[in-house]
Amino acid sequence: MGKTINIQPLSRIEGHASIEIKLGEDGNVEDAITHFNSIRGFEKYVEGKPAEEVTRIVTRICGICPWHHHMSSVKAVDACFGAEVAPAGHLLRECMQNMAHINDKILHFYFLAAPDFVMGPDADYSVRNVMGIANAAPDLAKQVIRMRQKAQMMMEKFAGKVIHPIAGVPGGFSKPMNESQRQEMIADTKELLEFAKFSMKYAKEEIFPKYLDLVTTLGTITTGFIGTVDEEGSLNFYDGKIRLMKADGTAEDFDDTDYLDYIAEHTVDVSYGKYPYAKSWNEGFSMDLDAPKGIYRSNCLARINCCDQIPTPLAQKELEEFRKSFGRPVQHTLLYHWARLIELVYSCEKTLELLNNPAITDPVTRYDVTPKAGRGVGHVEAPRGTLIHDYTTDDNGCITSANLIVGTTHNLAPISMSVKQAANMLIQNGQVDETIINKVEMAVRAYDP
Amino acid sequence: MAVDVASEWLNSCSGCEIAILNLGETLLDLLPQINFVHIPVLMDHKHLGQLGDQEHIDIPKATVGLLSGGIRNEEHLEVALEMRKKCDILIALGTCATHGGIPALINSYTNEELFDRYYSTESTDPGAKVPTKGISPLLDRCYALDEKIDVDIYLPGCPPHPDHIAAAILALLNGETPELPFKSTCDTCPTKRMGKGDVKGIKRAVECPEFDPEKPIDEMRCLLEQGYLCMGPVTRAGCAGANGDAPRCISARVPCRGCYGPVQQDGNQLLDMLNALVSNGIDISDLPDRANLLRFSGAHNRLVAKKGK
Repeated sequence: MGKTINIQPLSRIEGHASIEIKLGEDGNVEDAITHFNSIRGFEKYVEGKPAEEVTRIVTRICGICPWHHHMSSVKAVDACFGAEVAPAGHLLRECMQNMAHINDKILHFYFLAAPDFVMGPDADYSVRNVMGIANAAPDLAKQVIRMRQKAQMMMEKFAGKVIHPIAGVPGGFSKPMNESQRQEMIADTKELLEFAKFSMKYAKEEIFPKYLDLVTTLGTITTGFIGTVDEEGSLNFYDGKIRLMKADGTAEDFDDTDYLDYIAEHTVDVSYGKYPYAKSWNEGFSMDLDAPKGIYRSNCLARINCCDQIPTPLAQKELEEFRKSFGRPVQHTLLYHWARLIELVYSCEKTLELLNNPAITDPVTRYDVTPKAGRGVGHVEAPRGTLIHDYTTDDNGCITSANLIVGTTHNLAPISMSVKQAANMLIQNGQVDETIINKVEMAVRAYDP
Repeated sequence: MAVDVASEWLNSCSGCEIAILNLGETLLDLLPQINFVHIPVLMDHKHLGQLGDQEHIDIPKATVGLLSGGIRNEEHLEVALEMRKKCDILIALGTCATHGGIPALINSYTNEELFDRYYSTESTDPGAKVPTKGISPLLDRCYALDEKIDVDIYLPGCPPHPDHIAAAILALLNGETPELPFKSTCDTCPTKRMGKGDVKGIKRAVECPEFDPEKPIDEMRCLLEQGYLCMGPVTRAGCAGANGDAPRCISARVPCRGCYGPVQQDGNQLLDMLNALVSNGIDISDLPDRANLLRFSGAHNRLVAKKGK
């Protein structure tokens, strides 16, 4: 038996995970296992709670994407109660949810991922981080911090609370937006769109070309994809049908209420997290790198692969260029970063489109709702993927059962596979150093788990 | 001389860490005075050596430790003990660290009840077993930090307001001990109080309270006086930050749910709230799921599993 390498914790990611790499006597990789080490039990402890309160509890599943849990949850509760939603309530929810994508993408690209590219995968860990970037490129760092802050604070200022929001309510949104708030947000979002354009250009000129070898090899696996599209097949974060695409590019679209016919969750002995797979492909579940079964991916690259087009002009131009270079569907894991920046441009453009609709300032943002028995499925595209909340309520409108499929969990099996692929590729004859270990983690980081 | 800072997260959601980043340019100003030696969300310092070849968790020595999340499994406990050992001043950051937070809602259930549900949901393959390999075994429940280690400074909030995080760091840099005032959220709430009037029962948050959106918060009547459950009286102030703003949920025109935990560190939000309601002659019999009032402070044996259920 050779030695075992325990990479713990995985860093510059959002969750709690570790990697165990087992080397054989010959120093080659015998196995590489990713452990997902978090279980909190939201599905259990929302039971018995009034459904309208659950929308304020499930936000704590994730402090980075609380808006998306909040939105999936209010949509599910609307459906349980058979609630009508005020039109301006829908617009405000969609606007906030798109805005929440903006700061998330800035956070991931610059704070979590960029140190590997700006400082280099082989830079010492003590400088391979955003503090290192602040020293090496202070002007860039200042701009990044300012822009992320702007994206967060414009939401907080209007909606009260940006981390663990409360403004989404069954029947709509808790407060209206007035004209001066709308104008202020338009100005802020325009500035963010300029920054998104800069980021896209900067990455295409300064980052991706330098690491093209790595980008087209590290963590690459062959899978299907999942993402939400509207009736025209266009990218949409807030609503639409869920599209499940096979690796050959063929796809089927379904309503979120039917998700149990298409997705199931497999359990493994090495993780608390469950691994969703495509039940409707009728091939079972396997993480075999050469012959995977039922495996599909979520998050930005998946959405970019699934959508036929992007309904905003600048992002659509970027999509066309991306497809011209890499085809569709794209399997290279590190191209998640590229896809993320296309979505950064889209989320700014889409937010502006929503803010430019005068109906968003309608003072009626919320209809009263009546708690009652029902079942409701709500879904949105969270940054990390298709996010499904499925609730059943009793006559008093309290939760009797809840099932959640969270964005990142779609990627647990693919992440495990990419880690194995990267470890196999990089570790040979017992040669392991800090750069190699970091590169294995870069395969994980691309997924932004 | 920069101060060494170590940061860790346990049974948490990363919202506290995002709140640190929400210091924005203030953080940039503070950076020259802070030397992060360990912070997994931003930096690749590892527990078991950079080559992953050591046996025990090792975190570098630091003057200040920021620890978010409660303690739910053996690894959390090991990390918490190591942080305590290596940090001169340990800050419990956020309500999960100070009172268990939302994840301590699990304390109403046993681990078996949790596993029974989680591994048998409608989408889970039949016959699923509880995993056992290479993952950290759960403790019997979710603990606040001070149930397992000594805490020097409590900084509650879900998440804590960036103003208070900055104030705490600045105070420590100046050799002072920061502390949030022991005031209630109502003490910082500008809504209009006119007496409880004819409120007899408690309304659920399924209808819109009365307010004029064109008018500021101080023109809106107190939500409790409008008959909605609002946890402001029994919740520690702080969410509004340091600039005299309204409490954050109130500013969104929704009632407080108590995310800063009890006003006093050892207070009981459920008992205190029920007392407040009953002593005002308000009928609490319609209040669904009372344990809900402990949703942020279920550690310290406040929420316990019903045996033999």
